[in-house]
Amino acid sequence: MSFISLLWVLLLGSLLGLELIGKVPPTLHTPLMSGANAISGITMLAALTLIVKAEDNVPLLIIGSVSLGFALFNVVGGFFVTDRMLAMFSRKPLNKK
Amino acid sequence: MNLPVIIKFVIDLLAVLLLALGIKGLSKVKSARDANRLAAFAMSLSVVGLLSYYLGTSGIAIQSWIWIIIGSIIGSLFGAILAKKVPMTSMPETVALFNGCGGMSSLLVALGVAIFPISGGQENFDFFKSLINEVSISVSIFVGAITFTGSIVAMAKLQGWLSTPGWTQSKVRHFVNIVFAVASLIAFFDLINGNTSSIWLLVIVSSLLGIGVTLPIGGADMPVVISLLNSYSGIAAAAAGFVVDSQLLIVAGAMVGAAGLILTQVMCKGMNRSLVSVLFGGSLSAQSTASSGSGEYTNITSCSVEECALTLEAANKVIIVPGYGLAVAQAQHTLREVTKKLEQNGIEVVYAIHPVAGRMPGHMNVLLAEADVPYEQLKEMDVVNPDFPATDVVLVLGANDVVNPQAKNDSSSPLYGMPVLDVQEARTVFVIKRGMSAGYSGIKNDLFDLPNTSMVFGDAKRVLNDLIGELKDLGVGEK
Repeated sequence: MSFISLLWVLLLGSLLGLELIGKVPPTLHTPLMSGANAISGITMLAALTLIVKAEDNVPLLIIGSVSLGFALFNVVGGFFVTDRMLAMFSRKPLNKK
Repeated sequence: MNLPVIIKFVIDLLAVLLLALGIKGLSKVKSARDANRLAAFAMSLSVVGLLSYYLGTSGIAIQSWIWIIIGSIIGSLFGAILAKKVPMTSMPETVALFNGCGGMSSLLVALGVAIFPISGGQENFDFFKSLINEVSISVSIFVGAITFTGSIVAMAKLQGWLSTPGWTQSKVRHFVNIVFAVASLIAFFDLINGNTSSIWLLVIVSSLLGIGVTLPIGGADMPVVISLLNSYSGIAAAAAGFVVDSQLLIVAGAMVGAAGLILTQVMCKGMNRSLVSVLFGGSLSAQSTASSGSGEYTNITSCSVEECALTLEAANKVIIVPGYGLAVAQAQHTLREVTKKLEQNGIEVVYAIHPVAGRMPGHMNVLLAEADVPYEQLKEMDVVNPDFPATDVVLVLGANDVVNPQAKNDSSSPLYGMPVLDVQEARTVFVIKRGMSAGYSGIKNDLFDLPNTSMVFGDAKRVLNDLIGELKDLGVGEK
């Protein structure tokens, strides 16, 4: 892809992000932050690319692997912890009395 | 276009769509949990898409598989364990830690590509041939490093492992940070000129810049910083997307970057701080000691748990103002028992939630939900503020700055203008607190001096436990 079209992707992605979370109740800010944070671990794809492209370059394989580890720590931990938070909202009993 | 390319294109498109729907769904209580899982599914899908693409084109060597598996297992395992074990009260520092690691990942990718320009004649992989690649590598390293060290410092400060060093409150810190920033710029231009070794300079100075910028920030402002760093990690991911030429990374990174910015803005508004003053103003307490706002308490009334119980028994309407101190004492469950007793006696109980109660917007809602407090009893500040004059008793539990009337009355106060809960309008206010220490802002709370305010000194959990006992003795909540 050309650089210009990647810039377009960046621009539209940013606008999408602004639009998507424009209106969120304060209750959900912490889970949202944590969930969005998990998504930022998408760099795991870059790490994977690096490992695949590294061929037999061992230092690069190691860098890629460490990078993948960090990214997955972010992704897996982030989604789990968000789920834990949200689980608390959903199990509230509706019958108040 | 051959088949693997088309498949990857379709999967990527689907993943972006699902991620967008996930973020959207996270903004509604009902759909939030499913949305989170949807986003997680989209992320897994994107991995499948990428791997199948390489399997269909260049193939994946066996040593690549080995390193992929090692990295994945270790990272996922630690992430899952931490996510399961960490107490809900430590959520801000946990998010900071995860976030920092995301930044580290982007940094490492860019660093790897910079040190070892990948051979193999792949179509998009002639790095360092164009300016654009060098710029995206630099940005990825710069933002990634700041995200990493900044998040780690933020986590350490929230955990209490790091305090705010004195020199960081003086003007010296601006000078130091400017030196780091200029040095990063020099390293950046050196890199573009083809001097690959200056990449290390860039790594070092941008890491130092992350530390230098975060270290002076006081505990009260830390959530804003974490949110901002969350936004940075998105930007770092987008930059890494430019480095490896992946639209998916750019879209997802940009979405997170934008989301983090919005959230940061919301938090600043709730705390009546501008982003500029958070980042460059130093900690709030340092400002307040310089101003005339601080002073001695002159009219403190303290009372026993028994008196508090008697007043509560006679009340018709009670509002609870929970703060971070409640969470620290792990007293939200005990509080729930107290309020259950009151409700059984026909007393109306409502929880007033300040936008930044706890340590992050929405943090207190999570903590109270953990203790099974019905969602309908949680009232936001604007909804509950008109109710205070008609309220008999307000219980302030571990909250401080958010109930300080100075924010309304004293234009010289650093808190002036911050939206607060008007608890002093109620007939009686009980403040349950360990001592007379100031809140996060380090500012004296005028509420404590008011005639209708009584202090109940003690650890929140212990006081609430005693309160349950006293209420039992009074026969409250027994059928």
